[in-house]
Amino acid sequence: MGLFSSGFSGRRRPDTPGLPPGQYLTESFPVLSAGPTPRVTHEEWQFTIETEDGLQHRWSWDELMALPIADVTTDIHCVTSWSKFGTGWRGVSLDTLFDGIETSAGFTMAYSYGGYTTNVPLADLMGGKAWVAFEFDGKPLEPEHGGPARLLVPHLYFWKSAKWVRGIRMMENDEPGFWEQNGYHMYGDPWREQRYW
Amino acid sequence: MTWAPGRITEAWTETPGTRSLVIDIPHWPGHIAGQHVDVRLTAEDGYTAVRSYSIASSSTSKRLEITVDKLADGEVSPYLVDVAEVGDMVEIRGPAGGWFIWRQHAGARAGDGENMRPVQLIGGGSGIVPLMSMIRSHGDAHSAAPFRLLYSVRTPERALFRDELVRRAAEDAPLEVTWNFSRATPAGWPTPPERLDREHVMASVFAPAERAAVYVCGSTPFVETVANWLVDAGYDAADIKTERFGGVVPA
Repeated sequence: MGLFSSGFSGRRRPDTPGLPPGQYLTESFPVLSAGPTPRVTHEEWQFTIETEDGLQHRWSWDELMALPIADVTTDIHCVTSWSKFGTGWRGVSLDTLFDGIETSAGFTMAYSYGGYTTNVPLADLMGGKAWVAFEFDGKPLEPEHGGPARLLVPHLYFWKSAKWVRGIRMMENDEPGFWEQNGYHMYGDPWREQRYW
Repeated sequence: MTWAPGRITEAWTETPGTRSLVIDIPHWPGHIAGQHVDVRLTAEDGYTAVRSYSIASSSTSKRLEITVDKLADGEVSPYLVDVAEVGDMVEIRGPAGGWFIWRQHAGARAGDGENMRPVQLIGGGSGIVPLMSMIRSHGDAHSAAPFRLLYSVRTPERALFRDELVRRAAEDAPLEVTWNFSRATPAGWPTPPERLDREHVMASVFAPAERAAVYVCGSTPFVETVANWLVDAGYDAADIKTERFGGVVPA
């Protein structure tokens, strides 16, 4: 327990089920990015999975749309302490994208248009836990929120859900991505409050 | 990073609805200009709430001063602005953030040579706070790096640190400050109030060829709009760092 802050009572909603420690609920969808929003058209958009032996598997926008599309309803948790319950997404499961790809590497680096990167263990992308998402709340994903497509890994803090995603590179060893080099945790589990180093 | 107890040792109103607080923490390590801290409040029954606030003080000062803008529907900011008193305790985690920062030296240490890259700061409303830490750090360290600030606010009464910015712009030779008043101007101001537009921004900032390090901080629409103008004008997106404030409405 922390220190008593004289005269503070707060909003009095402790023990909200589904709310990780140190988080509060919001109904808005705040934007957090480190730089200008990249503008990427569907025509130029590509998604690549690059394995440790240098093999590249690539999808165009139309090829992505031709894959089985999942409807996902999930809670999201931002490291800046807001959480949003029951957000609705559509996207392609990483299980679908990795189907048939041979790799023995255990870690991945997701990378984005605009240069953003974030590291995620492969196990956290598999088993119905991660998607390349292109719709939010029934509408095409807006550029500020990562459109045309972003990674969606909702069981980790939301900086792991790379906006403007354009590929995933397999790695034998875990390496820090952008925010992980700038003070944020390597893994980012909201239930263990893995915010900072 | 763990929580440390902090005592509020000074507090004053900056503008209606904003307040600066000096928080004394044993063994505070100091900070880099642009970093933030998390503030945790605990109610009598153990309920806690945490929010992040930019540090306003100079990195040379070794003191932790935050400037808090009261959000109408906020949980922590109304307490810090209206309720907390000198002597009250809060908890602090930080300093944090390794991206939206400015260092006087090219490397991490004092012996690494001066960082002479021009710096362009663009702030909207309370987005001035981390930029103010950079301006104070720059001035207090007598840095010779060219610094420019474009500060857009609705009215003179809402401008944070106005007197200090005017004074620093006069005293700190490498610092230039340009104002944009969108709703009301000070008496005798040469131009009428107007929304910040592309022309005003481009006329105020370093030319893209100068490769200034650009820091844009404000509300999400402000940051989106200004950053897009800069990219359209030929700025390299990699030279532009952004931080967005406010807009988080608790459910």
